[in-house]
Amino acid sequence: MIEFKNVSKVYPNGTQGLKNINVKIEKGEFVVIVGLSGAGKSTFLRSINRLHEITSGEIAIDGKSITKAKGKDLRIARRDIGMIFQNFNLVKRSTVIRNVLSGRVGYHSTLRTVLGLFPKEDVNLALNALDRVNIVEKAYTRSDQLSGGQQQRVSIARALAQEAKIILADEPVASLDPLTTKQVMDDLQKINQDLGITTVVNLHFIDIARQYATRIIGLQAGEVVFDGPVEEATDERFSEIYGRPLETREDEEVEVGESAHESSK
Amino acid sequence: MSSATRPIKPKKNIVRRWVIFIALALLYIWALSGVPVEGFKETAGQISKAIVSGIFSPDWDYVYLPEGEDLLRGLLDTLAIAILGTFISAFLCIPFAFWAANNMSKIKANAGIGKFFLSFVRTFPELVMALLFIKMVGPGSFAGVLALGLHSIGMLGKLFSEEVENIDFGPSEALKATGARPLQTLWFAVFPQVLPGFISYTLYRFEINLRSASVLGIIGAGGIGTPLIFAMQSRDWSRVGIILLGIIVMVTIVDIISGYLRKKIV
Amino acid sequence: MNQVNEQKIPKAPSKWKHYFTFILILLLLWGSAYQTDSTFKELIEGFPNMFSVLDQMIPPNWAYFDNIIGAMLDTIRMAVLGTTIGAVIAIPFAIFSASNMIKSTWVYYPVRFLLNLVRTIPELLLAAIFVAIFGLGPLPGIFALGIFSTGIIAKLTYEAIEGIDKGPLESMTAVGANKIQWIMFSVVPQVAAYYVSYVLYSFEINVRAAAILGLVGAGGIGEYYDRTLGFLEYDKVSTIIIFTLLVVLIIDYISTKLRENLL
Ligand SMILES: Nc1ncnc2c1ncn2[C@@H]1O[C@H](COP(=O)(O)OP(=O)(O)OP(=O)(O)O)[C@@H](O)[C@H]1O
Ligand SMILES: [Mg+2]
Repeated sequence: MIEFKNVSKVYPNGTQGLKNINVKIEKGEFVVIVGLSGAGKSTFLRSINRLHEITSGEIAIDGKSITKAKGKDLRIARRDIGMIFQNFNLVKRSTVIRNVLSGRVGYHSTLRTVLGLFPKEDVNLALNALDRVNIVEKAYTRSDQLSGGQQQRVSIARALAQEAKIILADEPVASLDPLTTKQVMDDLQKINQDLGITTVVNLHFIDIARQYATRIIGLQAGEVVFDGPVEEATDERFSEIYGRPLETREDEEVEVGESAHESSK
Repeated sequence: MSSATRPIKPKKNIVRRWVIFIALALLYIWALSGVPVEGFKETAGQISKAIVSGIFSPDWDYVYLPEGEDLLRGLLDTLAIAILGTFISAFLCIPFAFWAANNMSKIKANAGIGKFFLSFVRTFPELVMALLFIKMVGPGSFAGVLALGLHSIGMLGKLFSEEVENIDFGPSEALKATGARPLQTLWFAVFPQVLPGFISYTLYRFEINLRSASVLGIIGAGGIGTPLIFAMQSRDWSRVGIILLGIIVMVTIVDIISGYLRKKIV
Repeated sequence: MNQVNEQKIPKAPSKWKHYFTFILILLLLWGSAYQTDSTFKELIEGFPNMFSVLDQMIPPNWAYFDNIIGAMLDTIRMAVLGTTIGAVIAIPFAIFSASNMIKSTWVYYPVRFLLNLVRTIPELLLAAIFVAIFGLGPLPGIFALGIFSTGIIAKLTYEAIEGIDKGPLESMTAVGANKIQWIMFSVVPQVAAYYVSYVLYSFEINVRAAAILGLVGAGGIGEYYDRTLGFLEYDKVSTIIIFTLLVVLIIDYISTKLRENLL
């Protein structure tokens, strides 16, 4: 369970990133955060594992405040939260398995991990995680030899190997094509359903949001302007969140198709 | 500049040309005025002939002498000085590289100080360092090792810091988010990115250090330079010849191997 | 979690290559330390000595400045003249090493080989040889710097020549130019800026080199290290060092600015 209590964030330059947020996300939910660019989606997500510090209020995970956690407590709290990034953030020169194993380092001493002495169970865990995202045959390939979608699946495997109870994903499919988008989102959904991992995803495209989410949170200028189950997230509500008519991925494709058509004339 | 229908030759360029020309002329008048004109030693021709014939009839016996102090041992010593000196500097320069990298500290001046320090070390000649180390630890190879180890920090630190400046911080963020300790983040997310560059630059510096190590002996800091300067002083030109040949062969072989390794790493 | 499907897991690459490299490096280092008698013990034993030398170096003897200013100017003169000699000799070498200037491998391979050979010999060694031939003084130093910089400038320049645009070469051939005209009108304009930049670069290197050539009697400020260290006058040594650093840094700065303007 993730609980935001009166959370606000003001960036040093004065920008209001989050404004008095009160949200409770239950275990096993699949929450999608939507909102315009600059609405504060990334700030929201990164506050949860404290990649960004909030300026007031408190965030609690399973009843324990992460806002107040320091040093070791903070690391242990982070160990339970997996994060997936838009540009994967893999170490490109390292092998796939090493990237996945790097999700385990929080569990062991510095010396042990630096010497590469991961226990056998960890290696098994990593291979299992890779298997779950259907990429185990690439375990010993260098990560920069994989396609974007494959790299994102490796980063999901990293979160799985971490045995995270929560997965945060910041626009995980923004740099992927529609087909790979589906595969990655399916993976996230499967993990959410099979393992009951609470999943919070930032997305730009509302059609995908509708398809996968159990609950949608709309942000606008750092404030929650919508919070409810998918069924309530009607087109009208969406255009309120976005402050303009709807735009879906299909729309975009049509546009691309048309312009290509025009240029060929 | 005017854009008349018929372009005239731009005046600025003509002026610039004359300024450069006069500056160069003055520079050369000044430079030549300081050269002694008493001419060559009359024996110059004779000695040159002796050197050339010495180089073309090297003292092959010197290559290996059972009782020691031969060419192979001298070269081995030179190689050892270069290897150890390079390794020490590659190790020591890492903290300096991070210090001098712009993206590693929030305060820009901090990196600036680091960069200045490195260029200071780079400018401090290794032979002068060797002279000082001889005074400190006595003459011999160890002084040479220390001199190379210290001097190379300047250049390696600079090259390494450029590598550090190209780091992608994404992986570090990902590691931090998994609950990794700072050292683990450094090891898993930063080192894999910079290591190939570090190794390649180290090999490059090794090529340079091997050349330096072969002259350190001239001032008494070990290596093949010592027998070389003795041979010169005693005008034993065929021995000078074999030592020169030895240096050339060793440097060439090491250059080839090191170049091959560097290509393979990238 | 259930066991992974065994067939799908690729075999982990063996790590013996890593271990082998690691052991090889350790052996190399151990062997080198053994060969050079380098031990931590000696380093630690040397510490008191180091501090006493450093202590005597501070403060520098500023009065000594007047004694060495002439030698410093000599050093710069040597670098200027040495670089000039190198710059001139480098031109034919560069042209004869470039595969797009001279088509015959029988020419450019031997010339390149010669250049590589020259670059394997450290300048101090060249200076020592020239001192033996010409006697003490700046002249052997100048020659040593000249040969040394020939190697650098010619190598860099021939690489620049090989990188030039082919178009102008062909059009000069097409208008029926002779070999000299061909070079003057199609090659020179394309590589001149690079060439000047390389000459400046080698000048920077030569100033540093010239400052130590005196150690073998080849003139310049380097001779003063022997004089002062022989009498253990460390305060004077530090004056020489600081003066040299200043001159080198200033010349580096000017030369770098000039090079930036060129390219
Ligand atoms: N480091 C920062 N310093 C100052 N302001 C920032 C910083 N990061 C973000 N902001 C501002 O905070 C607001 C919220 O940013 P955030 O990155 O959370 O938006 P977002 O919803 O994720 O947008 P996008 O969809 O473009 O990723 C924006 O106005 C942004 O300009
Ligand atoms: Mg964002």
